[in-house]
Amino acid sequence: MKHTISVLVENRFGAFNRVATMFSGRGFNVHSISIGETEDPEISRMTLVTSGDDQIIEQVVKQLNRLIDTIKVVDLTGQPRIERELALITVFYQKGTRPELTNICDIFRGNIVDINNKTLTLEITGPPDKIDAALNVLAQYGIKEIARSGTVALKRGEQAKIQPKISTTKEKEKV
Amino acid sequence: MKENKQKMSGADIFFECLRKEKVEYIFGYPGGAVLKLYEKLYDVDFLEHILTRHEQGATHAAEGYAKATGKVGVVLVTSGPGATNTVTGIADAYMDSIPIIVFTGQVPTKLIGNDAFQEADIMGITRPITKHNFLVRDVKELAETIRKAFFIASTGRPGPVLVDLPKDVINSVCEFEYPEKVEIRGYKPTFLGHQNQIKKAAEMLKKAKRPLLYVGGGVIMSGGTRELYLLAKENNLPVTMTLQGLGAFPGTDDLSLGMLGMHGTYWANQAVNSCDLLIALGARFDDRVTGKVETFSLKSYKIHVDVDPTAIDKNILVDLPIVGDVKHVLAELASEMDEHPDISDWWKQIEKWKKECPFELDANDGKLRTQFVIEKISEKTKGEAVIVSDVGQHQMWIAQHYKFVHPRSHLTSGGLGTMGFSVPASIGAAFGVKDRPIISISGDGGFQMNIQELITAVAHKLPIKFMVINNSFLGMVRQWQELFHAEKYSFTDLSKSNPDFRKVAEAFGLAAFSTDNPKEVESLLDEAFAINDRPVFIEFKVVKEDMVFPMVPAGASIGEMMTKRLNPKTMV
Repeated sequence: MKHTISVLVENRFGAFNRVATMFSGRGFNVHSISIGETEDPEISRMTLVTSGDDQIIEQVVKQLNRLIDTIKVVDLTGQPRIERELALITVFYQKGTRPELTNICDIFRGNIVDINNKTLTLEITGPPDKIDAALNVLAQYGIKEIARSGTVALKRGEQAKIQPKISTTKEKEKV
Repeated sequence: MKENKQKMSGADIFFECLRKEKVEYIFGYPGGAVLKLYEKLYDVDFLEHILTRHEQGATHAAEGYAKATGKVGVVLVTSGPGATNTVTGIADAYMDSIPIIVFTGQVPTKLIGNDAFQEADIMGITRPITKHNFLVRDVKELAETIRKAFFIASTGRPGPVLVDLPKDVINSVCEFEYPEKVEIRGYKPTFLGHQNQIKKAAEMLKKAKRPLLYVGGGVIMSGGTRELYLLAKENNLPVTMTLQGLGAFPGTDDLSLGMLGMHGTYWANQAVNSCDLLIALGARFDDRVTGKVETFSLKSYKIHVDVDPTAIDKNILVDLPIVGDVKHVLAELASEMDEHPDISDWWKQIEKWKKECPFELDANDGKLRTQFVIEKISEKTKGEAVIVSDVGQHQMWIAQHYKFVHPRSHLTSGGLGTMGFSVPASIGAAFGVKDRPIISISGDGGFQMNIQELITAVAHKLPIKFMVINNSFLGMVRQWQELFHAEKYSFTDLSKSNPDFRKVAEAFGLAAFSTDNPKEVESLLDEAFAINDRPVFIEFKVVKEDMVFPMVPAGASIGEMMTKRLNPKTMV
């Protein structure tokens, strides 16, 4: 089962690497990682999507907690939460298909953010399954490139004070 | 009131910090990136620097010192190859939870990432094998970082910490202030066990019919051996120990079942299999202990006490976890025991197992055997020596036959299984422990892996007894080859390629002896223990083909022990 885990880490050299190294070293699955600064510039929020049985997820959470640079670990799975992902999708178009693509983009409440004489680029935001659905429909037109941000998530309600900036998956390492 | 603080160089700050941490010894090796530190070290009088002959030796020596004393072992090496040579020792300390701090030189901050001379990304390399590591990028962070390093290494579940020191940081100056307290918001080890959980554990123990204490190295690290002794004695509980747990409870005591697991005693493993209450204390259900996890101790209610939450439910699901310091939990548990379990039938059963399958000591064929040598050393030292074993058959025979009576007496590489551990680790132990004999025991394979450190022992006139059990084979690998790999003794026969160990030892300046005669063992030991102004070497030439039994084959249940040599073709 997929789990979305929110981790607050020290915003410093190597913190992201420690988490990534721990996942690969212990053989845990990672579907996506995204990381960005929080309202406190000394803290980053990392959102991890992982999968495994209960025993494995328990280990994932404990091993994350064990890292010295992690401040707080919350498994958001099963809790009221907001999950979002951003995807940039560049699709080929022909003369006749451009209106169809614009229409699909509207249905998914996306934006067309770039266009040239062969392709147009859609920006779609939403829960990961919505992005999967959009990709599914767009596939028939010929997808040139996709960039997905990975999931970011927050608990609903009063705990959700910290709003992370969206950043590109696996590249926001502070150096 | 504001103190007038003096400006100091990074190098001065470094040594001031070590002084504050009461460091007695640094095990190290100089080089380009740490020249400034070694310049200062020349005049430092409050600690002693021990020059090993290889950086791996320095890390193992620090481990030996830390394990024998409970203090933090300190290593200082240069950048690049100096740093990478420490990797095996760091990984070893990580697996066995040994508090050491490795200070590595680094190229100047401006050159980091430029493939500079003697540069290695030691931070990246050691991230998965350290409890934590630090790169000090500014001299202003130096004192606080060192304070944190000692705090992290020595608290909670101990472990190695690496501090990377760029050359320019060591050379620059700033005001020195050593923080009294450390505050790391992401690191708050649990110390006190949960009261209700402990109460529940006591209730379970009171009504248990077949209880068993399964004791790991954590009991020794927490200093809880006295508490363990009281709990076991007052309640008449059988105690079995892991490889790292040996010494936590006297091996000479009737309550001791010896070691459990792959090469544990038959009766200890049968007890694990049949108990109705298994209390794991500072142990981690390692695969060498559990055998096949699906069939591990199925009839028992399991209580697991450990300071590290990740150890709980990692390999074996337990019924009652107690996260906390084992010493404290043991004391609390003992105080809750207002009535004692009635387990006389359980002891009868254990005694029956003991008779069913005792150790086979000697074939009475006049040939020298490791088991015999270990028994003699155990008798001679009354179980009171510090035994530093290497890795392989002799290590298992020591675990089976040496009757440890004190904690911090059995130093061995358990988790990582590092051949070459014994010689340097015994040197570290010899600096930490002066009132008990230090005995390093290696096989002929492992002895050659850090043989260069013999000169370190000679240079400091350490009265270590270096013993080599020479069967002219990489014995444990040979054993597996015979049992499970079609008797293909691939690259394990050293009979034609071993050096003359006695001559080698003599050349290093040790008093050196060699024998293959069981009748000479006692007199040789007497002779060796009479020499205390320098290290002594003894080679025991033992039979080649002996195997360690009993044995749980890899992947089998611990109830299915192989108790004697089987025909490898038919396995009967």
